[in-house]
Amino acid sequence: MKQRATVLLGSAFVALAALAFAATRVIAADKVDPVADAKAFQNFFFQKFPNVKHEDFVNGPYSMNEDMKRQWQEKEEFPPYEFALDAGKEMFSTPFKNGKTYADCFPNGGIGIRQNYPYFDEKEGKVVTLELALNRCREANGEAPYSYVKDEMASLTAYMAYTSRGKPMDIKIPDDPRALAAYENGKRYFYTRRGQMNFSCASCHVQSPGERIRAETLAPALGILNAMPIYRSEWSGMGTTSRRFVTCNSQTRAVPLEPQSDEYRDVEYFLSYVANGLPISGPGARP
Amino acid sequence: MKRSLALAMLLVMSLAPSARAANEADYKAAYAAAEAASKEAAGMRNQWTVTVSALAAAKKAADGGDFDRAVAAAREAEVLAKASIFQATSEKEAWKAMEIR
Repeated sequence: MKQRATVLLGSAFVALAALAFAATRVIAADKVDPVADAKAFQNFFFQKFPNVKHEDFVNGPYSMNEDMKRQWQEKEEFPPYEFALDAGKEMFSTPFKNGKTYADCFPNGGIGIRQNYPYFDEKEGKVVTLELALNRCREANGEAPYSYVKDEMASLTAYMAYTSRGKPMDIKIPDDPRALAAYENGKRYFYTRRGQMNFSCASCHVQSPGERIRAETLAPALGILNAMPIYRSEWSGMGTTSRRFVTCNSQTRAVPLEPQSDEYRDVEYFLSYVANGLPISGPGARP
Repeated sequence: MKRSLALAMLLVMSLAPSARAANEADYKAAYAAAEAASKEAAGMRNQWTVTVSALAAAKKAADGGDFDRAVAAAREAEVLAKASIFQATSEKEAWKAMEIR
């Protein structure tokens, strides 16, 4: 009888210990760990495409297809974003009505800083993207904000990206629970299926990079924002990161969110962080 | 003979309500249900473009007096909106299965 009770007690103890271990594992899996995430994210792509040089991932579909890459390299001699780049440079140095310029709003006069955006603003408790910072600069100097999706905003960000070309993406996540929450929210947005097509960002850019969706070759998610803004032949013009998110959502038949909504800011934060170390290649050109 | 005639009449009468043309009241009820579901989806930040299109088509048909088409479009919108709510609800946890770890 005593023996039986001992066996029962022992079994109960083992079962409890197993449950406790499993619970710890679940908690560990749910803990936000951006460093581990970024490492796993990059390794996934490096292992999936062992022949692609790490710094080439920022060239989107061209890193996936040699023929496309050769065509693009020839196009780069007279790149389609050149007009936007020139316009952006001029706009950047043209003073506002109050005599100040964009340079007054940014560290290092706005030159060579693209790799640090978006950042987490601890005062505001939110992610601030380069596009948002540019419009805030305009408004602080008495100017009307630009559309977030194209034209002037694309030109300005094209110029700022150009001054950062080759610099490694360097996004920081401060030791602030709100920053971690923003990062996690961005991650959630990236992996969440939406729209009638039931696609997440990851459905195309993690599961299927290099594959074709209709006539398009899908770009890998790794480094996808390093090339922003881009000239897209499909758009017959330039587009910003905001435009990219909006059109991706529409293509899945989801109603896009408003540009610079919290979700878009957070997903930009997540995608930029996991691309840390990869060079800025913007402005880019895409089919 | 009399009995089968009565049965046939009963059959016709039982089918009559579903065969009648939709009226404005039917449309309003169908549209209200679709709109409520659509608002719920939008509140979850998961509205579908096809829901918005179906709602617009329902309104357009009703404005033109075609209540059959308006009711059909409104019902379609409601079904789509409910599917988007289901998607948003299930994705609250399901997205984690997609994550690269």
